[in-house]
Amino acid sequence: MRKISFREAMREAHREALTNDPRVFLMGEDVGKYGGSYAVSKGFLEEFGPERIRDTPLSELGFTGAGIGAALGGMRPIVEVMTVNFSLLALDQIVNTASLYRHMSGGQFSVPLVIRMASGAGRQIGAQHSHSLENWYAHIPGIKVLAPATVEDARGMLASALADPDPVIIFEHAELYNMEGELPEPWSTDIKSAMVRKPGTAVSLITYGGSLPKTLKAADMLAKEGVDAEVVDLRVLRPLDDETIMASVAKCRRAVIVDEGWKTGSLAAELMARIVEQAFYELDAPLARVCSEEVPMPYAKHMEQAALPQSDKIVAAAKGLFG
Amino acid sequence: MMEFKLPSLGADMDQGKLLEWKVKPGEAVKRGQVIAVVDTSKAAVDVEIWHDGTVEELITKPGETIAVGTVMAKLSGAGEAVAAPTPAKVVPPSLRKPASPAARKRAHELDVDIDRVSGTGPHGAVTLDDVEKAAKPASPTPTPTPTPTPVADRQAEMRKAIGAAMSRSKREIPHYYLAETIPMHKALEMLARANEARPVPERVLMGALQLKAVALTLRHYRELNGFWRDGGFQPGAGVHVGVAISLRQGGLVAPAIHDVDQRSLEELMRALADLVKRARAGSLRSSEMSDPTITVTNLGEQGVESVLGVIYPPQVALVGFGRIVERAWAEDGALRAAPVVTATLSGDHRASDGHRGARFLAALREQLQRPEEL
Repeated sequence: MRKISFREAMREAHREALTNDPRVFLMGEDVGKYGGSYAVSKGFLEEFGPERIRDTPLSELGFTGAGIGAALGGMRPIVEVMTVNFSLLALDQIVNTASLYRHMSGGQFSVPLVIRMASGAGRQIGAQHSHSLENWYAHIPGIKVLAPATVEDARGMLASALADPDPVIIFEHAELYNMEGELPEPWSTDIKSAMVRKPGTAVSLITYGGSLPKTLKAADMLAKEGVDAEVVDLRVLRPLDDETIMASVAKCRRAVIVDEGWKTGSLAAELMARIVEQAFYELDAPLARVCSEEVPMPYAKHMEQAALPQSDKIVAAAKGLFG
Repeated sequence: MMEFKLPSLGADMDQGKLLEWKVKPGEAVKRGQVIAVVDTSKAAVDVEIWHDGTVEELITKPGETIAVGTVMAKLSGAGEAVAAPTPAKVVPPSLRKPASPAARKRAHELDVDIDRVSGTGPHGAVTLDDVEKAAKPASPTPTPTPTPTPVADRQAEMRKAIGAAMSRSKREIPHYYLAETIPMHKALEMLARANEARPVPERVLMGALQLKAVALTLRHYRELNGFWRDGGFQPGAGVHVGVAISLRQGGLVAPAIHDVDQRSLEELMRALADLVKRARAGSLRSSEMSDPTITVTNLGEQGVESVLGVIYPPQVALVGFGRIVERAWAEDGALRAAPVVTATLSGDHRASDGHRGARFLAALREQLQRPEEL
């Protein structure tokens, strides 16, 4: 057990992958000389050289496509897209090509590509850099979508993603990079299950990514008011781990979904639908969700904070499920 | 948040007309307080509230006729914040009683009628806990029972109400009937002695004494005191004896005197006189209409020797007394003239058998031979 930041855990994971597997290389805007927009690859250019740490032109469509090609050619590329917003320029490569290659080739080709991107708001970087569009990708068959929210997952998920024969997208919430946590040794991470981060009995708080720390704090606040909340970290947004989710809902009989995405058409909506489909008769109250307000993310700090899910909103939503 | 619903004030009552509210929004109310006057087919009934709390909203307007079970008002419970933060979208009002899916499933498993369970969940919804609590036997929650509907021709309405209740009784309840002749000289002597010392207005009548004797005997025959509901017997929480009272304008009501077994004869007499007066004035309280756990009818005054009564559903028994008459009476090998009364029991065969019913009547006879205990 040692204390480590989320960023440092990501760096260790990259260094390990680059060191252990010569097929692995990192590619993206500013990953080399600048050291990565969030400093994940700082110093890597010197350490691993320009062949393996590749700065790209400002063309997400181009370099994501290049990543697909390299993966098809036997490499294990890690493509870093600066933020999820910019990944929209690469949607065609991800949705029409990477996710479909196995299907279109009748199983002859697979695309072992890892795409990393930062997401989320809270750092006053404006409406165009603050989206939480995890659900867009979680909609697509043929890819896996991960959302590490702990230092353990930051440290462990990359290796699992690289080992997967199909495209994997890793969402790194920008607010998590500076978060510190205890890294157990050895860590164990899979990329198929959700995890209960805090057990409880009265209400299941289901969340992922940047909302996990807020949700854990809300659970502490609820505990002070005598409500024993359970916190479920989805970790894997596609495919969703229905078993863990339903077990928690069946135990607590009440659920609040916390999702930084906008409510309409959100991942939270998908979770509610699944719960109603699979655990309807276990429910003892309507489902509730805490999402971002349906506005472009404000720049002003107080307005941005007001637009995002917060611990007090989660507490209020949970208490609303009791008479 | 609690919902106050129009209670059924009789097995045959399916609607009522709100005459007036006795409370205002924001007002604190106490358990047992009269909060509304509702016109039924039999009377204007003072309707009581069964929880302490604060009135939040009065939903039904005076003059409105509403179905039994309609939410009339919303109240917040004692100590409950008046407005809790509920950022979640308010669930649109449901036409059926709100209950969680888990509660419905469990209610089905436990054979609990969810419409009779009061909800503590969000928006007053019935939760799993509520169902499980309700499934525990003999919960003392006041559940409304028998009587009327409102409007124009009260006599016609009342005939309809009585007709509905009695038809239901004869349709659903397999009655058995028993009768026993009870010597009354000891009871009459005791009463006469005691009344000598009382001023005329405070004299105790035989009717009160008989009520007490029935109530004390019932303590040992619980299967005769209570309700048949949802396919099973529910013992009454106390001995609340419904007293059949004929009304001058025709028809009858059978409101309860509560906890008859615990009251002195003097108290019972006052309660009885008060009840008769209010029944005839049409100002009964909802708990008096809905609480009787058994009915006693006395047609002695009218000159009949015995009465075989029709049980008032959902009660399971009715005790009848006829006229006290002088009869030739053999006792200890000697014949003499003695006052006797015929007591009868109408029993619901689903809840009890004639064997127990017979023992009840025998015990009642013996009780009346020990009038000093009354």
